[in-house]
This record gives sequence, C-alpha cells and structure tokens, in this order.
Amino acid sequence: MTAQAELDGQETETMTVREAIRQGLREELERDEDVLIMGEDVGAFGGVLEVTGNLYEEFGEEQVRDTPIAEAGYVGAAVGAAATGTRPVAELMFSDFMGVSMEQIMNQMAKMRYMFGGKTEMPVTIRATEGGGMGAASQHSGTVHTWISHFPGLKAVAPGTAAAAKGLTKAAIRSDDPVFVFENKMIYEQKGEVPTDEDYITPIGEASVEREGEDVTVVATQRLVGESLTVADGLSGDVSVEVIDAQSLYPLDTETIVESLRKTGRMVVADESPVSYGTHAEIIARAQEEAFFSLDAPIQRVGTPDTHMPFSTPLEQEVLPDGEGVQNAIEKIV
Amino acid sequence: MTDYTLETEDDRLEALRRMLTIREFDTKAGHYFADGEIPGFVHLYIGEEAVGVGTCAALDPDDYIASTHRGHGHCIAKGLDPDLMMAELFGKADGYCNGKGGSMHIADIDSGMLGANGIVGAGPPLATGAALSISHQDRDQVALAFLGDGATAQGQVHEAINQASTWDLPAIFLIENNQYGEATPVEKQHNVDQLSDTAQAYDIPGVTVDGMDITAVYEAVQEGRKRAANGDGPTLIEAETYRYHGHYEGDEQNYRTDEELQQWKDRDAIDAFKARLIDRDELSEAEFEEMQAEVEETIADAIEFAHDAELPHPQEAYDDMFSDTVPEIEKFANRARTDGGDSR
Repeated sequence: MTAQAELDGQETETMTVREAIRQGLREELERDEDVLIMGEDVGAFGGVLEVTGNLYEEFGEEQVRDTPIAEAGYVGAAVGAAATGTRPVAELMFSDFMGVSMEQIMNQMAKMRYMFGGKTEMPVTIRATEGGGMGAASQHSGTVHTWISHFPGLKAVAPGTAAAAKGLTKAAIRSDDPVFVFENKMIYEQKGEVPTDEDYITPIGEASVEREGEDVTVVATQRLVGESLTVADGLSGDVSVEVIDAQSLYPLDTETIVESLRKTGRMVVADESPVSYGTHAEIIARAQEEAFFSLDAPIQRVGTPDTHMPFSTPLEQEVLPDGEGVQNAIEKIV
Repeated sequence: MTDYTLETEDDRLEALRRMLTIREFDTKAGHYFADGEIPGFVHLYIGEEAVGVGTCAALDPDDYIASTHRGHGHCIAKGLDPDLMMAELFGKADGYCNGKGGSMHIADIDSGMLGANGIVGAGPPLATGAALSISHQDRDQVALAFLGDGATAQGQVHEAINQASTWDLPAIFLIENNQYGEATPVEKQHNVDQLSDTAQAYDIPGVTVDGMDITAVYEAVQEGRKRAANGDGPTLIEAETYRYHGHYEGDEQNYRTDEELQQWKDRDAIDAFKARLIDRDELSEAEFEEMQAEVEETIADAIEFAHDAELPHPQEAYDDMFSDTVPEIEKFANRARTDGGDSR
C-alpha cells in the first residue's frame, strides 16, 4: 500500500518517531492491563533514550518496571511471563546487548511454540535501538536485525517513519508471537504524520510505498528511508525514484517489492546492517527469484561495509551508509 | 495437575505410586532407547524420584513448574499423562508436543508444566517470568524452577533469582544436586560447601535437605510455597540426591565408582518411603506388590499407546512456528502439500 493511501481519511497529528512510539505504548498499556513494559531505566528515569517518557508516572510500577541490568534474566522473565498470561514489552536499550540475552531469545522465545507443538502463546515484544551516527562506538551502535530476521520463530520490524513506528509498535504488542521492534536511534527526532486512531496498526508483513516512481526502486529501512526520500526529491526531473519502506523484515512483503521492480526494472537496497550475508542479500534473492526477467541492471546494496561502528567522527562517517551512498548506487544503474 | 499432598494415607500412597511410576517409566524409556526405538537421547530420573514427587506434592495443582533436561520425573509428579509422554518420546503425533519436542521438551502449559529444557539453567528465568504473571494478575499460584547442581553455576540462574527476590515474586528455586554436572563432580564446579549457601547473596532463605527423603523435600517446598504465596519472595532449596543412571543413556560413567552408586542405592528413596508406610501400617508388602504391578501395567499401556500411535505427517513440520502463517514458510508448506516436498 502507498503511504499516502494509508493516511488518507485518517485523522493525523505531526509528531516525532519517539513520540509516536510512546503514543503506541501508552495506548496499548491503557487498552490492556496485562501489557507490561520492562527494561533498564524504562521507569522513573523515562528511558535512556527517553522513549518511555512519563509512562511510569501514568501507569505505575505494575505496568512499567525497572529491571536489574541483567538482560538474560529479564528477557527470560519476559518469555516466562508471555507463556503464562501477560504481554511483556521488554526494552533492550541498545541492540548490541542482545548478545547478553541471546540464549533466552534463540532457545526459549523462538522455539517454545514450535517445540511444544503449538501449545503455548508467546506474545512478547522486544524493543531495541540500533544504528550509528552519534559516536557511541562499536558496542552501542550495532545494527543486528539480520540475526533476528534470520532466526526461525521470531518476527522483526524496523520502522522508517513516525506512522510506522507507532503502527508497528502496536502491532507487535498485539501479536501472539515474539516480535522485535528495531528502532534506529538517529530518527527519534524525525517528524511525520501519525494517525491518532487508537486502533491504528501497521500490519506486520506489509511494506509501504513512501514515494512512487518509474525508473528505479529503492527498498530502504529505518534512517535510510528518509535519506532515500531526500535523494529522490533531489533527483526528480532526472530520475524518477520509487522509495519503499520495507517496515517488516520478517515476514517480508516480497509482493510489494517485486511489483515495484517489475515496473522500474532497477533496484537499490539500502539498510544499515553489514552488507555481507544479510538483509540486503535476502531482499535481492527474493527479487531475482520473482522478477529476474524484469531486471535491467544489477541490484545494488547500500549498507555498512562489514566493519563495526568506529568512534571518531571521520571514521564513523566513512562507514555509515547514507543518502550519498544511495544516490551513487542509483546513478550507477540508471 | 497435582492433586495430592503427603497429609493423608491416600495421599502418601498416591505419592509412592508416582515414585514407582517414574521409575518404571524411565526404566522402560531406557530400554526402548537402547533398542533404538526412541530416537535422540534420554536423560533418566531414576534415583531422584523423591525430589520431584515431594516437590509437586507440596505445590497446588495450578502452580507452575519449569523443568530441566531430566524432566520425565517432574512431568509424572506434576500429573502429566504417561501415554502422551511416551508417545512424545517415540516421536508420535499423539505425543504432548505432536512429536516436535521429544524427551527434552515435553510441556503442558495448561497443567502448569512450562517445559523440560535442553539448555542447562534456562528454566529459572522462565519461572521468574511466570511468577511475574502471577503477581501481576494477583493469582493464587506460585512458580517453581527445578535446576541442577550444574545449572547453579549459570549466569542466567543468578539473574533469575536476583530478579525474583528483588521483586518479591512468588517463586521457588529447587536445586536437584545429584552430585554431578554431566561428568564433573559438584565440588569441581562450585566453591561453596552447600549450593543453598548462595541464597545469602539474595537475602532469601536457603536450605539443604535430604533429597532421598520425600518428607524432607515436601516440608521444605511447603515452607517455600507459603513464603512465596504470602508475597515474601522466593526460597532456594537444595535437595541432595543421586542419579542411578548416567548423565544420558549410554554414558560410560567412568567418573564414579560402583561403591559410591551402591551407597546411594542403599538409601533408596522408594525403599525408604515404602518402609515408612509399612511401619505406619498404611501399606502391606502385598499391597505394595499390587501397586507395583498396577504401575507396570500403566507403563505397559503407555508403551502400547506409543507404539500404536501414528507418526506425524511430514507436512506437520511446517505447523506451529507462529500463531498465524507467514508466506516464507507457506511457500514450502504448499510445495510439500502438492509434491511431498520433492521440489524443495
């Protein structure tokens, strides 16, 4: 669906990605008292990246809990809670910390429903920030969503707009499956139109055509959605660029991507994860499986060049994928 | 569901019956594993029966347990159906997990059984989470995690107990110290004299009981349950016990002596409990023989059930990944439906 069509007829409000996520969380806490937010400093402090704001004051400790700095413990507790009647929303402040909790994610959360022959629900949401750009260095800047998208039994979403940030957060919480919401920390201040309807959700598994075009398709995620839209505006008149926010990484909306590729014949995949063996490769594999004979040029990847995120600004800027990289990739194939 | 205690004569006889059922179930599981009929591997609970049964007798029927890789005994003590358990071990569609889990993943959330677990130390965080649900919804339940002496060294066990004690959650952590973490003796894995000493780190009660004495286990868990249900937080219980078989079936057991094994068998929990019931005139030798024969019949029926049950259809491999379907898996499932998966 195109982004405009989705917002047509909806009452909207302009807000930042951070506010959109917080509004989504607030509405779900209000709607269902079994929704429990937990994580490090998410309560009284309001979250290190300020996403949970004053939810603690509004909903109290029963629904917004500060945990010990023990990711395996509280992610594991979220799994146990999800299997026994509540809907935990655990925040991993930085997705790099997922390493600490990976056992509970890969061997419990992802596998319990399947191993038990479907005899448990697993309505758990994990929110985790990703991305470089603020000089946070290698252990606080990673983009790890490919791991989760790759691992069977987990769903992964990664919004690029404020509307999707709210809609996907709510969809994740309402889902009976484990859903990871990957929030790029550099777009928390990015503004957009967000539907105010309390039942507005962005379905997991649907991409959004953010800008229609004829010559080349850019499939982007997170921060690179906005940067690709800027590039598309800059190129208008010369190249007509279609920009798709993948939004959902697993399941992935192959159909929307392929439909666009059939029209344009050219594609760039822009995602901040490392380029090798990853999200880009998966999108490209599906595109060529379905639309090989529509291709007019090799599909291009824009991502982190298989390094960690360095600290010093010139180093970080060197490896951080951006609009310029998207533009270069477009110019290479049109 | 656990619907027995140790309070009346009938309860005690039921507890003895469950201990015998566990031993018979695992004896036969070992037998059919050796035969090659049960695939994968099995970890037998024989020798530790007083711990599982004493614990579950002290719990309410609605309480949760999180189990371990050595979980058959916990399942039977909790009241799971041996037919469905055995069918699961045989990989049959009628098993608890429709053949997807096997010995190490038997679960029945509706009966409060949160799953056997192939990862050492993974159960305690799940029990803490179940205790969080209970506390949040103000339910009259507790959650108990079984863990081994080996698991007690795991970081996530510490995290789980710390969180449950900090939040005063209705949880109990029960260490089954069977003296060996796989093939390595407990004293080579821990610096404390008693594993329950670690309770001091959380400012919660820590007790060590004789795991070969069902009453001792029962009373400790009863105390822990009372405390948990009162909102006073968790208790750490260490039950000293011994597994008569190897870590897994086929384990050479070159790490222990026959003498050591015999010393523990001389204190066998079933023999001891049986003797006590005979002493109290609650059981005669003839009644015991009858009970043993009934248990053998129950397990023979379970094996027959497992033998007769259907294997799962290969198509079922694509079920149960999520609450809904995703196109990624449906694509393969559809191919399997049309050509048996040949084009995969």
